[in-house]
Amino acid sequence: MTRKQRRGVLIGTCLVVLGLAVGLVLYAMRDSIVFFYSPSDIAEMQLAPTQRIRLGGLVERGSVERAAGTTIRFVITDGGKTLPVTFTGMLPDLFREGQGVIAEGTVQADGVFHADSVLAKHDENYMPPEVAAKLKTKGMWRGDSEAGGASPQATN
Amino acid sequence: MIAEVGHYALILALGVAIVQTVLPLIGTRLRDPQLTAVAVPAAQAEFILIGFAFLALMTAYVTSDFSVANVWQNSHSAKPMLYKISGVWGNHEGSMLLWVLILALFGAAVSTFGKNLPRQLQANVLAVQGSIAVAFLLFIIITSNPFMRIDPAPFDGEGLNPVLQDPALAFHPPFLYVGYVGFSMAFSFAVAALIDGRIDAAWARWVRPWTLAAWMCLTLGIAMGSWWAYYELGWGGFWFWDPVENASFMPWLAGTALLHSALVMEKRDALKVWTILLAIITFSLSLMGTFLVRSGVLTSVHAFAVDPERGVFILAIMGVFIGGALVLFAWRAPLLTQGGLFAPISREGSLVLNNLLLTVACAAVLVGTLYPLALEALTGDKISVGAPFFNLTFVPLIVPLLIAMPFGPLLAWKRGDLLAAAQRLTAAAVVSLAVIIVVLALHQNGPWLAPLGIGIGVWLIVGAATEIAYRVKMFDASGEEVWRRLRNLPRAAYGGALAHAGVGVMVIGLVATSAWREERIVALAPGGSVDIAGYQLTFKGVAPRIGPNYRERVGTFVISRGGSQFTVLHPSKREFTVERSTTTESGIHNGWRGDLYVVLGDQLKDGAFSVRVYFNPLVRLIWIGALVMFFGGAVSLSDRRLRVGAPKRARTKAAMATGGK
Repeated sequence: MTRKQRRGVLIGTCLVVLGLAVGLVLYAMRDSIVFFYSPSDIAEMQLAPTQRIRLGGLVERGSVERAAGTTIRFVITDGGKTLPVTFTGMLPDLFREGQGVIAEGTVQADGVFHADSVLAKHDENYMPPEVAAKLKTKGMWRGDSEAGGASPQATN
Repeated sequence: MIAEVGHYALILALGVAIVQTVLPLIGTRLRDPQLTAVAVPAAQAEFILIGFAFLALMTAYVTSDFSVANVWQNSHSAKPMLYKISGVWGNHEGSMLLWVLILALFGAAVSTFGKNLPRQLQANVLAVQGSIAVAFLLFIIITSNPFMRIDPAPFDGEGLNPVLQDPALAFHPPFLYVGYVGFSMAFSFAVAALIDGRIDAAWARWVRPWTLAAWMCLTLGIAMGSWWAYYELGWGGFWFWDPVENASFMPWLAGTALLHSALVMEKRDALKVWTILLAIITFSLSLMGTFLVRSGVLTSVHAFAVDPERGVFILAIMGVFIGGALVLFAWRAPLLTQGGLFAPISREGSLVLNNLLLTVACAAVLVGTLYPLALEALTGDKISVGAPFFNLTFVPLIVPLLIAMPFGPLLAWKRGDLLAAAQRLTAAAVVSLAVIIVVLALHQNGPWLAPLGIGIGVWLIVGAATEIAYRVKMFDASGEEVWRRLRNLPRAAYGGALAHAGVGVMVIGLVATSAWREERIVALAPGGSVDIAGYQLTFKGVAPRIGPNYRERVGTFVISRGGSQFTVLHPSKREFTVERSTTTESGIHNGWRGDLYVVLGDQLKDGAFSVRVYFNPLVRLIWIGALVMFFGGAVSLSDRRLRVGAPKRARTKAAMATGGK
């Protein structure tokens, strides 16, 4: 094998692996990325019941109700629109009425958001950033400066 | 008083670091041995000063001096002593101080133990280390001073985030940082070599132990973080592909590649330019990890824009060091001569493949981590890139690497024989196939790829054993000869095989728990029971209890199997009064088949509790695998050949000749 051929094999392998990686990334970008919306965004668009999204906002006060077993219904609001949510499972420790929350799942034909996961970070002053941004644009932001507690980034 | 002294020590350290950067660089340019020699005591002084500042902050924490703002924000007098100490680095300012302390520790180590390094190289390395220290000390003193006072001093502190009050997490940041910062050694050596325009195999022999030590600590640090997330967050998961996790995983991937390419450089004097570039990339990823975690950019691109001081500062540090190093690389790398030709099928070739797949996989993780940030900054669209993305990109790129792994050590340097290697691996292939068939027969309903994954894990373990067996001629020589060879085999060979086997152990754990996990979420009233994976859990009720700085509700679950009771689990919900927050403590039973994992949820309307139960098969193998990798690294590090310095190369060669290679 000449020097040139060796280099050819090396460059060829690199190109094949890189091509494979780019292909995989592009394919995954199309199918496995979840967009984040607020109830107002959802009211303005038609979502297929198969499209997974993240829904963010505040848990409306007085809206949490427990149904049979471990199913829970509540309403997520962004000050403008609201969206009812149903979730079966265990809520995170910091899930509370009036607090920010992110739910991931699909909007079903009946207009209810079926969440398969609900996130709230382990810090009571924490507001999911997407929620904070949306609330700011709605003028509902109260600020997060009351207690100078550890920022959620302090975990590492 | 102690805080002011600490602050003063920090400023002095900055001054010393400037001296450490400037004078040796001038000295090596002018060939002035006296100026060059300044590097050694300067690096030691810098370490002593930063160590003093760190101790000062620790004293403030231990004595609960709430007139120091940092202590007030992150500590409380009722907190257990361990968490008072770990609270020092459980916050932004303190963790940055730990970062520079470890940086200075590495610098001091080079100046103390690097006596047999060429003077010129040592001085340049210390100068580059010094410049990193200057940047981060400025960052701390200007934007993140941990010694700020508040007046009047509050009566008591605000406490540490309760999820951080945990033994595994107390030691997770130090190990992670030793890993991150340890890669600065490889970076400094790379930049020093570029400044000199000269590099040889002795360079790699010096860089490898430092990189190996950093890699070991990073491995352990990541594993600890994952172990903590597993039992503390109550979700039963061990890896979330969260940007913060990715930030530590990317340097690990690049560092693993660097370990292997440095091997080629050391043994065959090839891949020099690539190794230098990889050293720069690895530390750049460490800096990026620091930036991602410390700038607030992960919470939101906007949070970063709102409070830009720290973020922009670290971004600037990143820009200067990465940009500077890459420019230096582009300018000086052509000076480095390439050596060591090799055929595509050879040990070198297999290590090139290893590097290619690791760096490309690392790039895929980088894209997934940064894409949401870029998209939000550019279009304002918010997306989340989660596990599905990484499963589709990272896994297909890493699986070929795992399959190819046992071949590498069996190929000869320069020109290898793939067929012969394949023949030696026949036994490993047969064992793996047998395991795949058995697993398929046992789990017909699970995902069909899972048995193959288990097979790959077995392939790696048996493949690693095959390498050792082959090198000692296990089946070809007399018992006496095998014994002699076993004793003479260099420890690095054992270490490498052990680390590879550790990867196999981890793969088995990852695949088994991902594919065959069982989960039940039920509403249980006291007296009720639930069945999972052959276990029966009976809920006995909930009782209150008082801890040192929390109150908790403790559930009691009696676990029985086949009708006979064998253990009791106590998952609980803790309410931390000072911090006003709740944590979930899961109850975990560790059986040989896997973990039984119970989480106590909220009380429901009818008095029942929501209870989440998991059975995570073989999940412990994930962390056991990481430990095996760590010990593999330690065994390799204890190899005499790695500790022998450059001037003693003649003796090293002699040692290698008798080393049964």
